[in-house]
Amino acid sequence: MINRRLRALLRKEFLQVWRDPSSIAIAFVLPVFLLLLFGFGVSMDARHVPLGVVVERPSSVSESLVAAFRHSDYFAPRPFLSRQAGEAALQANQVNGLLILPQTLDEQLSTGQGAGVQLLLNGVDSNSARLLQGYVRGVFEGWLARQQAARGRAGATVEAQPRIWFNPELRSRNYLVPGLMVINMTLVGALLTALVMAREWERGTLEALMVTPVTLREILIGKTLPYFTLGMGGMLLSAGLSILLFEVPLRGSLWALILFSALFMLTALGMGLLISVVAKNQFVAGMAAIVSTFLPAFLLSGFLFDIDSMPWVVQLVTHIVAARYFVTILQTLFLAGDVWGVILPNAAALSLLATLFFGLARRQLHKRLE
Amino acid sequence: MYAIIALVLKELLALLKDKRSRMVIIVPPILQLLIFGYAASFDLDRLPYAVLDRDGGAGARALLAEMAGSPHFDERYRLRDVAEVARLIDQQEVLMVVQIDPQFERRLQAGETAPVQLLIDGRNSNTAQIVRSYATQVIERFNSAWGARASSVPLAQLEPRSWYNPNLESRWFFIPGVVGILTLVVTMVTTALSVAREREQGTFDQLLVTPMQPLQILLGKALPGLLIGLIEGSLVVTLAVLWFEIPLLGSLGALYATIGVFLLAAVGVGLMISSLVSTLQQALLGAFLFMVPAVILSGFATPIANMPDWVQWLTYINPMRYYLICLRGVFLEATPLTALWPHLWPLMLFATVNLGLAGWLFRHKLY
Amino acid sequence: MQAVLRAAQLCKGFARGKSRVEALDEVTFEVRPGVVTGLIGPDGAGKTTLMRLAAGLLLPDTGSLEVMGLDVVSTPLEVQASIGYMPQRFGLYTDLSVQENLDLYADLQGVDPRARPARYARLMEMTGLAPFTGRLAGQLSGGMKQKLGLACTLVRPPRLLLLDEPTVGVDPVSRRELWAIVYQLVEQEQMSVLLSTAYLDEAQRCAEVVLLHQGRVVGQGSPDAFSRPLQGRTYQVGHPQLGRRRLQAELAAREGVLDAVLQDAQVRVVTQTPGAPPQRGEEQWQAVAPRFEDAFVERLAVPHPHPVQLPTQAPGEAREVIKVAGLERRFGAFRAVRDLSFSVHSGEVFGLLGANGAGKTTTFRMLCGLLPPSGGQLQVAGHDLRRAAARARREIGYMSQRFSLYGHLSVAQNLGFFARAYGLRGDYLRQRIAWAMREFELEPVATVDAVELPLGYQQRLAMAAALLHEPRILFLDEPTSGVDPLARREFWARINAQAEAGVTVLVTTHFMEEAEYCDRLAIMASGELLALGTPAQVRARCTGADGVVPSFEEAFIQLIEGHAA
Repeated sequence: MINRRLRALLRKEFLQVWRDPSSIAIAFVLPVFLLLLFGFGVSMDARHVPLGVVVERPSSVSESLVAAFRHSDYFAPRPFLSRQAGEAALQANQVNGLLILPQTLDEQLSTGQGAGVQLLLNGVDSNSARLLQGYVRGVFEGWLARQQAARGRAGATVEAQPRIWFNPELRSRNYLVPGLMVINMTLVGALLTALVMAREWERGTLEALMVTPVTLREILIGKTLPYFTLGMGGMLLSAGLSILLFEVPLRGSLWALILFSALFMLTALGMGLLISVVAKNQFVAGMAAIVSTFLPAFLLSGFLFDIDSMPWVVQLVTHIVAARYFVTILQTLFLAGDVWGVILPNAAALSLLATLFFGLARRQLHKRLE
Repeated sequence: MYAIIALVLKELLALLKDKRSRMVIIVPPILQLLIFGYAASFDLDRLPYAVLDRDGGAGARALLAEMAGSPHFDERYRLRDVAEVARLIDQQEVLMVVQIDPQFERRLQAGETAPVQLLIDGRNSNTAQIVRSYATQVIERFNSAWGARASSVPLAQLEPRSWYNPNLESRWFFIPGVVGILTLVVTMVTTALSVAREREQGTFDQLLVTPMQPLQILLGKALPGLLIGLIEGSLVVTLAVLWFEIPLLGSLGALYATIGVFLLAAVGVGLMISSLVSTLQQALLGAFLFMVPAVILSGFATPIANMPDWVQWLTYINPMRYYLICLRGVFLEATPLTALWPHLWPLMLFATVNLGLAGWLFRHKLY
Repeated sequence: MQAVLRAAQLCKGFARGKSRVEALDEVTFEVRPGVVTGLIGPDGAGKTTLMRLAAGLLLPDTGSLEVMGLDVVSTPLEVQASIGYMPQRFGLYTDLSVQENLDLYADLQGVDPRARPARYARLMEMTGLAPFTGRLAGQLSGGMKQKLGLACTLVRPPRLLLLDEPTVGVDPVSRRELWAIVYQLVEQEQMSVLLSTAYLDEAQRCAEVVLLHQGRVVGQGSPDAFSRPLQGRTYQVGHPQLGRRRLQAELAAREGVLDAVLQDAQVRVVTQTPGAPPQRGEEQWQAVAPRFEDAFVERLAVPHPHPVQLPTQAPGEAREVIKVAGLERRFGAFRAVRDLSFSVHSGEVFGLLGANGAGKTTTFRMLCGLLPPSGGQLQVAGHDLRRAAARARREIGYMSQRFSLYGHLSVAQNLGFFARAYGLRGDYLRQRIAWAMREFELEPVATVDAVELPLGYQQRLAMAAALLHEPRILFLDEPTSGVDPLARREFWARINAQAEAGVTVLVTTHFMEEAEYCDRLAIMASGELLALGTPAQVRARCTGADGVVPSFEEAFIQLIEGHAA
């Protein structure tokens, strides 16, 4: 399998990597930089959300409701004297929501007429608004139950008791960080290989290689193996950071993490190789690598946005995004454990893509110049 | 002046004459807007869930019917055994299992609180939260219907109302952001790469030996990026309004003022990268290294307020931050130009500093 | 003996834009074993295509190609196992050392490890690279890189060696060394060599020559066989009063004269028919032996319909236009140029020559204002470039090595842009563009994109663009590299005309015969001035004890080698 020619190619590639630190930088510095940036920068967990509160007529009842919000870690209530002042603050984005306790609140509660408490939201950031609404509702319902109990009016109601598996505190970092590792590896894999092959074309070294007895299989392996090693190094570094710095639990087994990361790394490298074999120049290859890796891995992998809710055409497109499969594998491995029923089908899809990329790269690469 | 116009015309001609580069400028942004416009959404529908009804009474049936009727949910399985729950969630067959206890009907009839357990897959915590809030909404709808029948009005009720986006459609939130990202990418690519390309082809020397001042060359390079950014911006805005039906409530004046000021800032960054690098590849890497953090820390997908303080401080030097606030304001809130000022002046400052620095670098690092 | 390479009716075309270009058209020839065969032809003649076909890197459209008796199309791997091929830009891994490059190719070629020490020793001795085995290939000079490329090609001794323009962009000293290696290989290892080149003087060094032009074989035979028919048609002409440039222009336009070029202090003339030369006035004609270049011109030249006119009146008094004193440029600790002083007068053609890496490009860029000097004085057209750069630039025309044009703009658009960039406008702008189109015969290609133009046209367009604003000084950086010898003649005729009109011309070149066109020249080595004077003075300086005046190229090599020693 590994003959002298292949050994020579591998040694050459390693020497080049060693002497040109840019590939080492891509493999190690870039992932750490991105992971830190994303890990700290991207979070869905809000804390101390400014919530405006207008109490039209203060009373012990209204005070108990405001206190309920004050006790929640999620809110930072800010009192406003009038509805106008509160709305102005909402408009100016100083508060994310505005709770209005009407004048009649006390009266309606005691007469049992049913009081209405208004919640105004700034809907521009619809996701944050929806989450905020959910949290406000939670606090409100709790308060309401206590009020009703106090008045001996426990009506027949159904109470939702949500239980979130795998991530009970709903730390968004627990699912974002594994997703980020996927984006990282996609980028690293594609950038590493997309440029190296194109570089050989541009510097004319490939023409000299082509007339030697070296086979195409040897060239491809010689290009893949060194960058695979580098990429896996970066991958392990990111995994270590995720577990130690970001405290993401790893519930699956370590060997499975390494094995499937290796599979994905191969797929990503295969894609990079294919791009560089087709592009033949560093500019086009770099451009293609960025366009076809970063944004799709970010938006179409299911890392941020749910794939099943996309229109079917877009869903179809996601099937050729390798990151999609690895996002599922990693989130399961980290948070749920070794769930083979999820991991194996996705791993099979990855193997298929890897074979496809390498097969196409092999077909596109000739020992001729046309 | 005359020479600058010649340079701008040449630049546009070079960009638009070649069929391939014309395609690169026009097609991908539209395609990306279409794909990402559909993909970037937190609105979930047809969420798969399973039901374990261990009560089977009329109340439970009514509740489950309410849930099955919601467009957000899609019932996949009826379970008989608790043992099945773990497998379904583990294997991602369903996102949620609704479990109703045997005492449900009795408690409901007795006027007590009847619990319903919602077991949710938390691997994607954002999705989990959305699922939870959808399910809670369904239960609340059921409660008020049930209450009305039992003629027992709840003591108090929360009446939420969302300004600017009454149905909380996340597309309204994301698409102005996608518009922002696309204008950034196009402007950066045209300006950051243009000087590097001339340098590699050797034509930059040819330009430098003409009597043109470095400042004139700088302007000649900045204007095409600005122009193309404006055209591109208009194109994607039109598409956003006509195709995705995003309301454009603000004035066109405010919109173009925002885009114009941002483009100046982006062109400044592009030219700065241009004057610092000597090869196309470096330019590409430079543009990339600016764009990724600029997008991540802009509040495009995740709110800036959720970031740790020190990261929040970083976002103040990110032009994308101001740009997205202004764009969303103009689109959804009809923010007038005067109210945009607090976000526009940092952009203007940014543009001035960047263009100034680029100019300085141009004069001092031409060699 | 059997031919080592046999091509029959070989055709190969490439798609270029919408049209198709025939790179090789019905090419038929053979290469004899045990000698150097030269594949001679101007740029774009199809030399590289032919080399790649022979190496099995391209497939011919039609026709057959056999190497060492094997069909290249059906058995490329077997062919590759018996040849050595060195592409024009040989793939050296610049971040690997000399030894690592050699090891890599030895491994790839499957050279027996036991045979390596002897082979390496021989190659190092031949190329003179032995002291540099630990150095990174990227840090070698252009000539040494070329020699290392050749060594890598030779780690496994091939029976046929294909060399694609091994001497392009290489200074005369390294060129001579490369040729010495090739001869050694042929004589001591009985190798057959097919070598392509655009330098016509190298044809003389080949045993056999295949002349390629526009994809066709125009002739094949020994160099002498090419030049023999021209016996009695070649002369050296001198004139006691007339300047040699004026004399050359006059002769070139004369009836019965096919070709007139400067050589040494005189003009070399090829007449259209043998016999009595059309002698005039005080001219002294002296018959000389024909050479390969004469044959090349004779076969390929088309009578020029539009001879370049020299201005009739002499320009005003010569003034000092470029003044350089104590010029220095440092890059970090490295002094690329040191203590350089010379001056150039109006109407003078001044040459800047030197080996690869001698600092002439750095000097050139400083003169054009593209690079600020680290020290010393530099005045161009009376302006200090550091202060009045824009004003000084109005007086400068600049033509860079690679004819830097905007590839995707048409000829007319390129001219329009440069004219406006130089601040031309209104009627004057239209006049000048019309002049450029007429003078450089660009009308037929006005709407063609620059990138699609043949190299000769690109060169003309680049020169037209540099002359649009009627500069007083013209900077030309290797203006003729890679250009067809015929286009080169035309180019120099135009430069002469400019100089006679009082324009100062500063030029760098690797073609030593072009040095003769300069009034004065400076030769540089390792950043310093080695010699300064007229070509005749430089040659005289190198006259040996035997009193024989060397050719300019010999003088150049002698100077550089003397400096290195």
